[in-house]
Amino acid sequence: MAVCFLRRIEGRHQVTTIGKAAGFTFMDITFLLNGESVSIEDVAPMATLLDWLRETRGLTGTKEGCNEGDCGACTVMVSDENGVRALNACILLLPQVQGKAIRTVEGITAPDGTLHPVQEAMVAHHGSQCGFCTPGFIASMAVAHCNGTDDYNTALAGNLCRCTGYAPIMRAAEAAKSAPVPNWLHDELPADLPAQPAAGDMTGNVVLPTSSEDLATWYEAHPDATLIAGATDVGLWITKQLREIENAAFLHLCTDMQHIVETDRSLRIGAGVRIADLIAVMDRLHPSFGTMLRRYGSAQVRGAATIGGNIANGSPIGDGPPPLIALGARLHLRKGDARRDIALEDFFLDYGKQDRAAGEFVEAISIPKQADRLKVYKLSKRFDQDISALCGAFNITVTGSTVTAARIAFGGMAGTPKRANAAEAALIGAPWSDSTIRAAMAAIADDYTPMSDMRASGRYRIGTAQNMLLRYWQEDQGLSAPLAEVTA
Amino acid sequence: MSIAHKPLPHKPLPHDAAALHVTGAARYVDDIPTPANTLHIAFGLSEIAAGTISVMDLSAVRAARGVVAVMTADDLPFANDVSPSVHDEPLLSDGSVHYIGQPLFAVIATSHLAARKAARLAKVRYEAVAPILTIEEALAAGSRFEEGPRIYTKGDATSAINTAAHVIDGTLDMGGQEHFYLEGQAALALPQEGGDMVVHSSTQHPTEIQHKVAEAIGAPMHAVRVEIRRMGGGFGGKESQGNALAVICAVAARATGRPCKMRYDRDDDMTITGKRHDFRITYRAGFDADGRISGIEFGQYTRCGWAQDLSLPVADRAMLHADNAYFIPNIRIESHRLRTNMQSATAYRGFGGPQGVFGIERVMDHGAHVIGLDPIEIRRRNYYAPAAAKAEQTTPYGQVVEDCILHEMTEALLKTSDYAARRDAVAKWNASHPTIKRGIGFSPVKFGISFTLTHLNQAGALVHVYQDGSVHLNHGGTEMGQGLFQKVAQVAAARFGLQMDAIKITATDTGKVPNTSATAASSGSDLNGMAVKIACDTIRGRISTHLAARHDCTPQEVTFVDGMVTAGRAAMPFAAAAKSAYEARISLSATGFYATPKLAWDRIKGQGRPFFYFAYGAAVTEVAIDTLTGENRILRADIVHDAGESLNPALDIGQIEGGYVQGAGWLTCEELVWDDKGALKTHAPSTYKIPAVSDRPDVFNVALWDAPNREETIYRSKAVGEPPFMLGISAFLALSDAVAACGDAYPALDAPATPERIWATIERLRDEG
Repeated sequence: MAVCFLRRIEGRHQVTTIGKAAGFTFMDITFLLNGESVSIEDVAPMATLLDWLRETRGLTGTKEGCNEGDCGACTVMVSDENGVRALNACILLLPQVQGKAIRTVEGITAPDGTLHPVQEAMVAHHGSQCGFCTPGFIASMAVAHCNGTDDYNTALAGNLCRCTGYAPIMRAAEAAKSAPVPNWLHDELPADLPAQPAAGDMTGNVVLPTSSEDLATWYEAHPDATLIAGATDVGLWITKQLREIENAAFLHLCTDMQHIVETDRSLRIGAGVRIADLIAVMDRLHPSFGTMLRRYGSAQVRGAATIGGNIANGSPIGDGPPPLIALGARLHLRKGDARRDIALEDFFLDYGKQDRAAGEFVEAISIPKQADRLKVYKLSKRFDQDISALCGAFNITVTGSTVTAARIAFGGMAGTPKRANAAEAALIGAPWSDSTIRAAMAAIADDYTPMSDMRASGRYRIGTAQNMLLRYWQEDQGLSAPLAEVTA
Repeated sequence: MSIAHKPLPHKPLPHDAAALHVTGAARYVDDIPTPANTLHIAFGLSEIAAGTISVMDLSAVRAARGVVAVMTADDLPFANDVSPSVHDEPLLSDGSVHYIGQPLFAVIATSHLAARKAARLAKVRYEAVAPILTIEEALAAGSRFEEGPRIYTKGDATSAINTAAHVIDGTLDMGGQEHFYLEGQAALALPQEGGDMVVHSSTQHPTEIQHKVAEAIGAPMHAVRVEIRRMGGGFGGKESQGNALAVICAVAARATGRPCKMRYDRDDDMTITGKRHDFRITYRAGFDADGRISGIEFGQYTRCGWAQDLSLPVADRAMLHADNAYFIPNIRIESHRLRTNMQSATAYRGFGGPQGVFGIERVMDHGAHVIGLDPIEIRRRNYYAPAAAKAEQTTPYGQVVEDCILHEMTEALLKTSDYAARRDAVAKWNASHPTIKRGIGFSPVKFGISFTLTHLNQAGALVHVYQDGSVHLNHGGTEMGQGLFQKVAQVAAARFGLQMDAIKITATDTGKVPNTSATAASSGSDLNGMAVKIACDTIRGRISTHLAARHDCTPQEVTFVDGMVTAGRAAMPFAAAAKSAYEARISLSATGFYATPKLAWDRIKGQGRPFFYFAYGAAVTEVAIDTLTGENRILRADIVHDAGESLNPALDIGQIEGGYVQGAGWLTCEELVWDDKGALKTHAPSTYKIPAVSDRPDVFNVALWDAPNREETIYRSKAVGEPPFMLGISAFLALSDAVAACGDAYPALDAPATPERIWATIERLRDEG
């Protein structure tokens, strides 16, 4: 298997300096761009990598297709010691690339013009027509190639192409699969390129804390600030709502919040764990959750977005909370030195309103270890890379022939992620049978009064939420297999 | 001969810009380096769908950081119009408001972001009136283009239906479609000396950009030069929808004396620009006992949006494709072009054809269900007679169908797709699986090739041969990814007996070839390929005459093969022949001009020969649906498609694969949703879902029919841009077939068949028992 690697040569750490002038914050950023060390001074911290590449650097190969992270035309390769990822440059803010190695389409080609195997294959297999999505595809394909991934439906779901119908792109990806990773992609971070700024640089109105402790202290003093983890949501505040964010903390350097700690009794997931890094553990513990997470945004989104961000922004249609609630997750909140934990479902008070005090943030989430009975069903207009119309999570324990526990939660059915209390009540203590399922399905109509919007009508949401419970039953009884497993 | 081994021009070579695409070196309008003083423009948009502006306070806009100027309709020096048809589309609102998203004013600022930010600071008050949004509202208000419905008739449909053995009737609603070209609309205007203007525009129609810019800056067309090397996708969405950007850039450049650039942010692009026309089609049809159609009455109702744009020819083409592949002895088609307070619906791949075809395919499917015939069998019984039969069958508009090859193509496809066995397997599966149902669908296409506005069927080319034997190629067609430039270059290389690297493909430029038609109607290679061939042959003829005189042979005996020119006993490299001609003071530059023959069309009477020929194709698609949720997947698609003797089989297969997936997207996951105030709610890829990689068919077999066009087109090839789009209808019919397994009634599924619509249709079928 081809493996891309990136080596960090030990050396002196340099401080990312943050200055303040005329009410605006600027900072200096250092990173590796297409193999060359780049230092940019006086960066506006909310500037996107895409705008900088195209407008300042003149690297116009990377395209703006949608400016919201949904089309992938702006995809770039981002490497650090944790590996290689594809990210959307349109919602990647410059402070997030400090200390990383970035390769744009121009740098995926060798300095002498030699094409990368995926580039050669795309030419040979007619994988480009208008060519506008192509640089983004090349970046995603080069990342998949580096990582030895051949699940292209998953790896390329975040890259839209309107011309080819994707068939030749898939042929190209297959054709390039066995070629070795070109040696020019093996970036070495120079000694003077720090992964992090030195600790303690917490002055100014835009900061990059390096620990939960630093964050807690600063955020308590700046409770109105915006916390930016992956920027897959905040990025759109900037590019679409055109908001001016003047006070912010970037969380991506808080490495102590990026661990997954597994014990016999629980799984504790740091708020800064990216969705991409959650998949492997969920594949092992709760495979249905892992499968659903492959449909969470796209590879580019999962490589940036964090589970903490997904919870903290309180979206009624976030895909993380329903399965976490169904698993009985508890949320760990921190404000200054004070910590508390609550049941995840209690965090969501109302649409747009969470049980979070000013200056308090999500530090981690923990799930009790349990036998796997979880099924997660995400329903959307398009199978991949779509926002859920609804997302249902079912965790039903049957002992003997009786339901002894049931936790069911939905996103997209109310103003918040919400448990199906009536349906759970109809199940618990009842025999595990078709008639019990029918009763619980009927009870779902008492649990929710979903709205109608451009994603789905209320009637459809109720009807399919009920049917998801039926699907759980049918799959449990071996009566039906998932649609995804049907072949021609 | 295997397609891989044919000589030029018929080679499956890569797209000419493929190596530039994959390295990011291919330059689009927004990638062109601009002078340091370039300004950037954004529009302020209407927030109501209908009414008038009572107060427009732009003081905060003008005061915003980076703003250089703000323009309203009052600031426009000359024409305030960007319509491609009837001068009914003001660039900036004239005080009246016709849809949510209509440009009201323009901000000219030092950066794209500054312009966008400032544009949101306007305080606009309106006198709102109730918008006309639905078909019912438009009909009730008499809100329409043209004086009344357009009606084409042949025979006596009503009598034929009333006496038929089987009669069906129904209604089919089909949604519109956002183009979602990956490159949004963009333009850059560079002011020149003496008031001249150079405009780079991402447009399928440079001549129209030139025309509208000239009107807007009060200059003759000769003062404006428009250039476009490539678009990042067009699909019809850049036939007229780029006018506004190019015109405001030119007007602002004229006013400020500085280069001006504009690109729509994606949400603005989807909010402002027009989309495919949605249609409601009503039908009443009679079949004889064997399933042959005796008569059909169609009603076609389309929401054209606020301005006329290209809606009349779009609606005409829907009528002209109401027969698709079938001989219909008696037919009446009534077409309503409704004016509504929404984006002005515009050209989109197929240009009304897909909507017309979808209507008759629904009738065939419904008929098959009622009569109990296999859906392919009923279609074959109704196909136009094969060419060899010389049956002189006419379309509803009186054109004799002389080239129908669908019988043979269908026969071949039935075998390669293993249709009969798979239909049985689907039935068996459905009998034993209550939750997951499968379906299989078939649809053919016969698509008319030519602009129905006959005078547009012309093209020009400009070819230079330099004294080193290299060739500069230019023509009026534009490159939007379809590979037109590559195909036409292959024609030029073949004419001169050269390899591809001898041919320089150059940007479309109104200063080189004037008075061009839009690259549209699938006509690009037919028209421009011929014009280039004519230009090349003019130069070839001059070289031949020159060499024949020197080497004692006739000009006809001079050959151009494999880089060599042979005249009598002399053989020389092409470069030597070019140099020899140059030194003999012979012009090595020529224009070529082509006008499509045989066309005669009266769109009011609905009679004549609007099309030079027809292109054909057929597809079988198999799907599976989850009846609990309506989720669905395309499992397999088999296609055979007619590209004539293909100029480039690889590029043509690319058009077919891409067209199919785009067509399937139109009828499945792509759904435009407006709210009851007329606001488009699906204005970004977060909410408007084009097919993603996993939505392509798991098994996808595409074959070219590869037989020469019976008409004299360029190297006997056929147009291929639009026709395969309609093969996506087979995916919809397969979904309908799967839904039909859930009940006894005909499903009458509407489009797009989103999971919700499939689920709701299943619920209805089950309720009906």
